[in-house]
Amino acid sequence: MIDLASISALPRIIPIKPRLTFRNHWDHILARIGVRRGNHRVDPGLYALGNPTPESPVFVSANYTLSFDALRSALERIDGYILVLDTKGINVWCAAGKGTFSTDEVALRVMITHLGEVVTHRKLILPQLGAPGVAAHEVKKRTGFWVEYGPVLAKDLPEYLKNHQATPEMRQVRFPMRNRLELIPVDVVNILMPSLLVAALLYILGGWVTSAAAATAVFAGIVLFPILLPWLPTHNFSTKGFFLGILCAIPFALSVVFRHPEWTWWRQAGQALEFLLAMPAVTAFIALNFTGSSTFTSRSGVRREMFAYIPAMAWTFGTGMILAILFAIIR
Amino acid sequence: MFNAYEVNTLVYDPGLCNGCAKCVEVCPHAVFKMDGRLAELDNPQACMECGACQLNCVTGAIKVESGVGCAAAMIRAALTGKNEATCDC
Repeated sequence: MIDLASISALPRIIPIKPRLTFRNHWDHILARIGVRRGNHRVDPGLYALGNPTPESPVFVSANYTLSFDALRSALERIDGYILVLDTKGINVWCAAGKGTFSTDEVALRVMITHLGEVVTHRKLILPQLGAPGVAAHEVKKRTGFWVEYGPVLAKDLPEYLKNHQATPEMRQVRFPMRNRLELIPVDVVNILMPSLLVAALLYILGGWVTSAAAATAVFAGIVLFPILLPWLPTHNFSTKGFFLGILCAIPFALSVVFRHPEWTWWRQAGQALEFLLAMPAVTAFIALNFTGSSTFTSRSGVRREMFAYIPAMAWTFGTGMILAILFAIIR
Repeated sequence: MFNAYEVNTLVYDPGLCNGCAKCVEVCPHAVFKMDGRLAELDNPQACMECGACQLNCVTGAIKVESGVGCAAAMIRAALTGKNEATCDC
């Protein structure tokens, strides 16, 4: 007869090295440009980093390669365990927001891996950004393990481990240029490519200036906006986007006067207005959609912003388009 | 000028605080700080409604309507009639 206990009693601990390979880096590049989204996964379970003993610390991570690899490469000279949760290939913060990096999942994974038999201590180090999904006191109640929230960034872990205290700097999420630049490629792939098709279509309908105007408005939204975010005036993403869009539309508006000096003033003004109305609306809409990529916008704030500015975007864009059609007919 | 982020749904009742400082620990925007034995709102405007403090507050002293501050997700939810928590990030 098979002893049922013997089947589940042996947790499999997967050995892993901290050093990232060429394949890992290639996988990160693909993840950054959105290729095979949702497939950058690590198997959930318990991993052994270096030569851990039963006293070694346990770090908890998501099963997204960028999350897991950031953690293990930060722990280069540390022996420990990594408990990988099943977050469906989503990073820690987003998974916590969605509820897959959760109290339930931590408790389940501790149970499945028999972590209590692998280590003698009762402490889990979670990334701070897992906190929106995990109730520390609830994990303690269910598993007996204390949850300790480490720093926001894995790279601060070696410093954190000296006394298990994070400095206020380590606890704050920022949105530096580097992070903002990392977000551009995926939007270029998702938005810019379809927009180029639209631009090609506009070339046939309205000539190369109209086509270039559309491409510029989209480019401003997905490339210039993330770069310039902290320096654009006002607080709301929409108004920042309108501002940037108007800056980009001005050269197009002025070009009407230079390209068609023979036109009557109202025709020049009308055509200039097309650019000044339609382009900022496009840039502002893309800017508004960047709220989800940022690290600081609240849901109620984004909702207020949507109600305040989406109608304005629709009206200005619509009016610009109607003008364009009217002038195309006149011509 | 109108600032959509000036107010938010964060509500804190110091009367229920037991001084565990978990909120200070989990907040990614330094909204809370310890004032002696109790937590205090230091920068409530910076709250992004992630909900980490509420979930980790044993005494229920913190209430916030948490959710993802993502316009793309909300627009998709409005168009498809689905739950807005399902963003694809």
